[in-house]
Amino acid sequence: MHSIRRPSVSDDPILRLRDLGVEFRIDDQWHGAVRGVDLEIGRSETLAVVGESGSGKSMTALAIMGLIPAGNGRITAGSSIRLEGQELVGLAEVELDRLRGNRVAMIFQEPMTALNPSMRVGEQIAESVRKHRGLDRSAARAEARRLLDQVRMPSAAQRMDDFPHQFSGGMRQRVMIAIALACQPRLLLADEPTTALDVTIQAQVLRLLSDLKREVDLAVMFITHNLGVVALIADRVAVMYAGQVVETGAVEAIFSQPAHPYTQALLRSMPRVDRDSSDLEPIAGQVPSIRELPTGCGFAPRCPLAVARCTAQLPQVEFRSPHHSVRCWRHGEHA
Amino acid sequence: MLEVDDLRKTFPVGGGLFRRPARLHAVAGVSLSLDHQRSLGLVGESGCGKSTLARCIMRLIEPDSGQIRITGRDFLKMRGSALSEARRELQIVFQDPYGSLNPRRTIGQTLAEPLRVHGLATDAELAQRVEAALAEVGLPTDAMQRYPHEFSGGQRQRVGIARALILNPGILVADEPVSALDVSVQAQILKLLEGLRERRGLSLLLVSHDLGVVRHVCDRVVVMYLGRVVEEGPVASIFDDPMHPYTRVLRAASPVPDPTARFRLPNIEGEIPSALNPPPGCAFHPRCPSAMPKCSIEQPPPVSVGGARRVACFLYSK
Repeated sequence: MHSIRRPSVSDDPILRLRDLGVEFRIDDQWHGAVRGVDLEIGRSETLAVVGESGSGKSMTALAIMGLIPAGNGRITAGSSIRLEGQELVGLAEVELDRLRGNRVAMIFQEPMTALNPSMRVGEQIAESVRKHRGLDRSAARAEARRLLDQVRMPSAAQRMDDFPHQFSGGMRQRVMIAIALACQPRLLLADEPTTALDVTIQAQVLRLLSDLKREVDLAVMFITHNLGVVALIADRVAVMYAGQVVETGAVEAIFSQPAHPYTQALLRSMPRVDRDSSDLEPIAGQVPSIRELPTGCGFAPRCPLAVARCTAQLPQVEFRSPHHSVRCWRHGEHA
Repeated sequence: MLEVDDLRKTFPVGGGLFRRPARLHAVAGVSLSLDHQRSLGLVGESGCGKSTLARCIMRLIEPDSGQIRITGRDFLKMRGSALSEARRELQIVFQDPYGSLNPRRTIGQTLAEPLRVHGLATDAELAQRVEAALAEVGLPTDAMQRYPHEFSGGQRQRVGIARALILNPGILVADEPVSALDVSVQAQILKLLEGLRERRGLSLLLVSHDLGVVRHVCDRVVVMYLGRVVEEGPVASIFDDPMHPYTRVLRAASPVPDPTARFRLPNIEGEIPSALNPPPGCAFHPRCPSAMPKCSIEQPPPVSVGGARRVACFLYSK
C-alpha cells in the first residue's frame, strides 16, 4: 500500500533548491551540468526526478550531499540549498559531514561500490549508528540488528556477520537502506536504487521504500530514468533535461496532461507492456553534450515545435496550475 | 525457420584437484520455434538462461545436448562450409555496442570484416556494400572512416546492427539490444529493427528483460525461469492474461507509465534460487502462491491451453 499522495508542496518544505547550478571544468572551460534548478520536497513526500543520462539529476543529488568533487567541479555562485531552513551552500566540510547521514542520506544504484567489501554488514551498520548517534558498541549492534529487520532482511540475526559479497543485489540494497536509516534522516536521496535489479526484486525494494516512508516519516528524492517506476512511487515529479527542470507537477498531472514537449515525447517513445503500442514515436537526435548546450531551451534542437525564439532565449518557468510548472515558450499551444 | 528442441547447457562451477565441480544448469531442456519472418521474444530475469540460450543457438557456446534446426537442417551437426553458410544465415546483435566493436578499427573495417571472412565481396564491392549497410541503418557515409569512440551509444548500436545485416542473414538474434541505451534513443533502435525486419523479411529472436520492448517488437513470447520455459504464446494474450504464476508476478512487477493503474506493488516472496541447486519439481514452487504438494516433486510438462498458448504448470494440466 502507498501513503496518500499529496500533490501540494507544504509551506515548510524539508528541502528547497533555488537557482541551483553545478559546473564542471573541461579543458579550462566551465560548463553547467545543472542549471538554475528550483525544487522543493515536502515532508514525507516522494519527489521523482526523471531524466536521461546527462540530464543533471544525479549531480543535483550530489550537490545536496555536498559531494561535488572539488577542483574540477563547483556549485555555481548564487545557488541555494536549504535543508529544513538551513542554508548548505558555503558550509564548512565538518558541518556538512555532520549533516550527511544525520538529516540527509543517500543510496546509489550499485550498493557494492558504497559498501566496504571486507567488513561484516552488521558492523558497517553499527559503525554508522555509533558515529551519528553516539551509542556504545553493544547498543549499536542491537540497533543494527533492528535496522536489518526493519528493511525486511530475511534471517537478519544470522546475516549480521556476513560480508557484502554474500548478499544478492536486492539484499545489498536493503543493507544500504539500513545504513541510510541508521542516522534517522529526514530526507533520503535515492539515485537509481533499483535500476540494476530484476523487476521482481525492484518491486520488493520499491515496496520497502514506500512502507518505510510511512513508518519513519521520510521524504524521498527518487532519481530514475524509468517513467514506469515514477508512476509507481512518486507523489510529485520533476522532469529534467540538459541540466534544467523542464516540468514539475503532481504525478497524475505529469502523466495525464504533460505540458512540456520533452515530457510528451518521452511518454510517446516508451514501449508499454500494458497495451499494443503501434504508435511508438522515437525522439529524433540525442541528448546534447555538456560542452554544446544550446543557449535557449535545451530541448529545442530535438523539439518538433521549436521556433526561432526557442533556440535564442531560455524559456521562463510558467505555471499551468498552482503546482504544475513548465519551462517552454510554446506549452499552451499544443496541450 | 529456427527450431530448438530440448536444448541443454550446464557449466562447471568451482571444484578443485580432488573435488568435482558443481554443475550449473543454465539451460535445462528448452524447446522453441521461430517461424519465417516472425519475431519471438525471450523474456526472464537474470540467471534464467535466456542469454546462454541465445549464445547456444548461435553456437557461440556449444550446447551439451538437444537439437537446433535452421530451415530444417541440423545446425549442431554441421561442419566446414555448411557451417559457415549457416552462420551467415544467423547473425547476432549484442547489448553493449561498445564492448562488441573493436576500438582500433574504423567502422568501415569492422563492417567489411564479415564480408572478407566469408569471401563474399571483391575489394571493389566492399566499399559499396559497407556504404549501403550504413545507409540502411541511418548512418552517414563518412562513418566509414571513423572509430567507435566517436559515436554515441545509439549510433554504435546502429553499427552493430549494420554488421549483423551485412551478410544478409535470414535470422537475427538480438540480445538486449536497447538495454544500455537512453529511453529516447531506445525507440529509435526499436523502430529501426522493426523496419528492417519488414523490409528484409527477417526472422527475429529478441532477448530482453523488458516486457514492454518485447510486446512492442514481437509476435510471440517465451517466458523463462531458471533454465526452463514456463509459458509461451502470442505477446498480447500472454501479457494481458498471464497464466503461469511466475508470468503473473513478472507482469505485475513490470512498471507501467500510468499512475492511475498504480497497483499494489506485488508482494513477491524470496529471490531467484541459484541455478547451481535448482529446486526440485517446478523451479518456481518455493515462491509460488499457488504451489501444491506435487509441485515440489514433479516437473510440470508444458500443456496446450488454446489460443496457441502453452504453459508448464499443474494448475492447467488435467
